[in-house]
Amino acid sequence: MTVVTRRTALVGGAGLLLSGCDRLADQPGFRKILFSGEKINLGLQRALSNRGALAPEFRSDQMSPVFRTNGTRNPNTPDYNAHVAGRFADWRVQVGGLVDRPLSLGIPDLGAMPQRAQITRHDCVEGWSAIGKWQGPMLGTVLKAAGVRSSARYIVFTCADLYNGAPYYESIDMVDAFHPQTILAWAMNDQRLSVGHGAPVRLRVERQLGYKHAKYVARVDAVASLEGIGRGQGGYWEDAIGYDWYAGI
Amino acid sequence: MEEAAPAPEPPPPPARTVYRHRLATRLWHWVNAVTIVVMIGSGLTILNAHPHLYWGRYGANFDQPWLNTPHWPAWLTIPSSYNLALARRWHLTFALVLGFGLLAFMIASLINRHFQRDLRIRAKEVAPRHLAADAIAHAKFDFHNHDDPAAYNTLQKLSYVATIFVLIPLMILTGLAMSPAMDAAWPWLLDIFGGRQSARSVHFIAAALLAAFVVVHLTLVILAGPVGEVMSMITGRWKLPEAREP
Repeated sequence: MTVVTRRTALVGGAGLLLSGCDRLADQPGFRKILFSGEKINLGLQRALSNRGALAPEFRSDQMSPVFRTNGTRNPNTPDYNAHVAGRFADWRVQVGGLVDRPLSLGIPDLGAMPQRAQITRHDCVEGWSAIGKWQGPMLGTVLKAAGVRSSARYIVFTCADLYNGAPYYESIDMVDAFHPQTILAWAMNDQRLSVGHGAPVRLRVERQLGYKHAKYVARVDAVASLEGIGRGQGGYWEDAIGYDWYAGI
Repeated sequence: MEEAAPAPEPPPPPARTVYRHRLATRLWHWVNAVTIVVMIGSGLTILNAHPHLYWGRYGANFDQPWLNTPHWPAWLTIPSSYNLALARRWHLTFALVLGFGLLAFMIASLINRHFQRDLRIRAKEVAPRHLAADAIAHAKFDFHNHDDPAAYNTLQKLSYVATIFVLIPLMILTGLAMSPAMDAAWPWLLDIFGGRQSARSVHFIAAALLAAFVVVHLTLVILAGPVGEVMSMITGRWKLPEAREP
């Protein structure tokens, strides 16, 4: 009898503890501590790993039979639908910001650059993984062609899909931007990228989680700071609900 | 007048307390008491985001899970309302406390000889006859070693060793194996567990075993006398059962 009472007290105590966590996370001071883990994890992971360390690559027989879609499955704006109807013949990726030679690249231009194909694992922040093959030019090649300046600290990707009226966007730093597996993929599993997976071009940044892999890429901008872009946290989900900007873990 | 025989010296009073828990053990214990609640609570929120577990390198909605976990209720999760972003903040910040806390505790416990003195398992202790005797003593709610009151009993020692040297390291390694950046830095993490989704499954199984450890641990603290046990984890000094008021 006593044991049951004590157990009830324990469970009740644990419940109080957990709701206390909600209140703590609302306090600015504690929230700052809670959010500091991101910077520590980024620092530790960068310290432990070679900057060029490659994400595992797989054989074609190790690929997922079905690679599910997630996030926006179809931007479905009049402009985007017109591009779909035109098979993306007029799609341009504008490369600008802190570059010496702004570029306007069509999908054939991306296909004409030196290509990298890689069979990699896509890890969603929710926990699932899928393995697929991606192909496109290295982002580093594109940035060098545009003459990216040394003052650039981040690369920002602006997308054609809207969330609450604003374009989805994401950003990575220069370490990931010049990583050999970071590519602007226009092909998946040896076919042109499908609408569900981000046609006509998406980012692959293989050492980070899925929400960093911006789909429907329309602009690539080199910037010195993320301030003033969106709400300044470096990406749509980072702004909206506080996802980590560094999604290597 | 006859000389009275000198009164015999009274025997020294038996020790009433023993110094049982060193400072490093006590600090680590209370840090973990908080950390484990945060890790399990936030971990369950993360699991709610995709409550299916797979074996192998990949696994998503069109693949065959080996386990579909139930939806974890709000009173068990951190935060209590579903928020994957915040749950990850809790989980990945406290993961640092768990990981570096274990490292610091291990170094301190080698230096203060807690490991060598209190957690070394001797061959005779794991002899079937001794283990059976210890199990019977547990069934009689007799949890301490009367010959050496400061020592842990064998089942207790085995469960601590399994937790410190197997379960918590397993949580850390499987957690790291789920990080795409760590998989690039340390590809052997994936080789150990046979792929990221297998690592995720082992992470869940080890977490379930840790939760079971906590339940058994708390139950035994209550059965062994919660006031004395909790006080000993605060002050380090454990009052012997023989010295307690009836």
